[in-house]
Amino acid sequence: MEKTQSKTIITVVGKDTVGIIAKVCTYLSEQHINVLDISQTIIDGFFNMMMIVDLNTSKTPFAECSAALEKLGEEIGVTIKCQREEIFDMMHRI
Amino acid sequence: MINIMEVSETNKMVEHENLDVRTITIGISLLDCIDSDLKKLNDNIYKKITTVAKDLVSAGNQIEQEFGIPIVNKRISVTPIALVGGAACKTPEDFATIADTMDAAAKAVGVNLIGGYSALVSKGMTKADELLIRSIPMALCRTERVCSSVNLASTKTGINMDAVKLMGEILLEVAEQSKDRDSVDCMKLVVFCNAPDDNPFMAGAFHGVTEADAVINVGVSGPGVVKTALEKVRGENFEVLCETIKKTAFKVTRVGQLVAQEASRILNIPFGIVDLSLAPTPAIGDSVADILCEIGLEYAGAPGTTAALALLNDQVKKGGVMASSYVGGLSGAFIPVSEDQGMINAVQANAITLEKLEAMTCVCSVGLDMIAIPGDTKATTISGIIADEMALGMINQKTTAARLIPVIGKGVGDTVEFGGLFGYAPIMPVNQYSCDAFINRGGRIPAPIHSFKN
Repeated sequence: MEKTQSKTIITVVGKDTVGIIAKVCTYLSEQHINVLDISQTIIDGFFNMMMIVDLNTSKTPFAECSAALEKLGEEIGVTIKCQREEIFDMMHRI
Repeated sequence: MINIMEVSETNKMVEHENLDVRTITIGISLLDCIDSDLKKLNDNIYKKITTVAKDLVSAGNQIEQEFGIPIVNKRISVTPIALVGGAACKTPEDFATIADTMDAAAKAVGVNLIGGYSALVSKGMTKADELLIRSIPMALCRTERVCSSVNLASTKTGINMDAVKLMGEILLEVAEQSKDRDSVDCMKLVVFCNAPDDNPFMAGAFHGVTEADAVINVGVSGPGVVKTALEKVRGENFEVLCETIKKTAFKVTRVGQLVAQEASRILNIPFGIVDLSLAPTPAIGDSVADILCEIGLEYAGAPGTTAALALLNDQVKKGGVMASSYVGGLSGAFIPVSEDQGMINAVQANAITLEKLEAMTCVCSVGLDMIAIPGDTKATTISGIIADEMALGMINQKTTAARLIPVIGKGVGDTVEFGGLFGYAPIMPVNQYSCDAFINRGGRIPAPIHSFKN
């Protein structure tokens, strides 16, 4: 894929259940996507997970990864979003 | 490194508070399309627009997907057509063929509106300006996506009262031509004082002659985000209130800056400006009037409304200016009636009048916007309302505008549906006393004393 310098943020929001992280990480590992950071918490009663990943080594481009993860989310019953990190950087860092 | 709370805050703004980029607008100069042969001119215009803007929609969609931020509209603005068509157009009908071309080009590249069917006549009208203005009813009637604007006044030149009078008549003609559709074509026509060259918002967008060959201008929005932020500081003093608006405006504008830079990079077109506006839609939670209520008013229009709007507008600018490398366009809070559910509620509760809206336009970003008035309003009365609005802009050195919709066949108490983002509006009463003798004087009102700064 086209090399991009930026990192990608994957967010998972929904009802907590067994194996969410495992399933997401399995997909990422299959695609050769390196996970740089993971954190999770409960916000407003919902399970929230955030992963910072590096898509530069990915076998598939951003759009496909994003669509595949969204579909995976639907199967598990959670919402999974992929976004480039810059939007958060711009908003929260001067 | 970004933390989970920050990520969650951003996504909440998008998912629950209607944060979006309202428009990516490419401004395209058509000056190099000019030809004295009408067919050749139209061919040149079609070719230029469809070449420069061919990837606009796909770029917008790509940015939307990669950043997870909705980009509601992709649009185009062009050089005022009165300047472009002057050499080739001998009749209003000739000018209307250019509107057809703009419409076809807009459809070909997939943008929902194209602005710039415009004339700049703040001091005088050329023959071409007048022909274009007289062609507006025909042009708007035949096209779907073309928007028209006329700059009637400026602080530097005064008010062209001949043009003000003419626009009152033209507006009624536009209303009459679309009377079977509640005179909806009027919402594609706006008149200005001090019109900016780089406005990305419709219906008033055009690509000024001071601009480069092509530029990307971005308009952000986010009244819902400001409203939600203010809910957390209820009862606090003005210092806290203003700081909260500023911080929120900063965050919203940063998104616009990012999108503008990214669009500029993908399309290889220079970044012009970010217009940091609070632009409402009829969606629940996307209302500027609701912000005014959150500041402490029972309804928009209650005493204190002008002061509340003034502080809102000013804090939005203060927060936004630092967030973007170039700020321009209209930048501030829009107060359209039909496009804002809180404003519609205020009209229905008789809390707000046309005169109060006029006062509010002294401190908001633009002017009287999307206001439905009775269809039997006289042309001179419409010109009178326009003249008042132009005077406010001229004296206060700000942009003002009027987008009025005289709904033929309907009167006060009726409601008119515009559909989609344009919303619906109860028809507002207009002062019944005549200004015929004033409007019929003819000529122009001289520039104000404070315009002589040289």
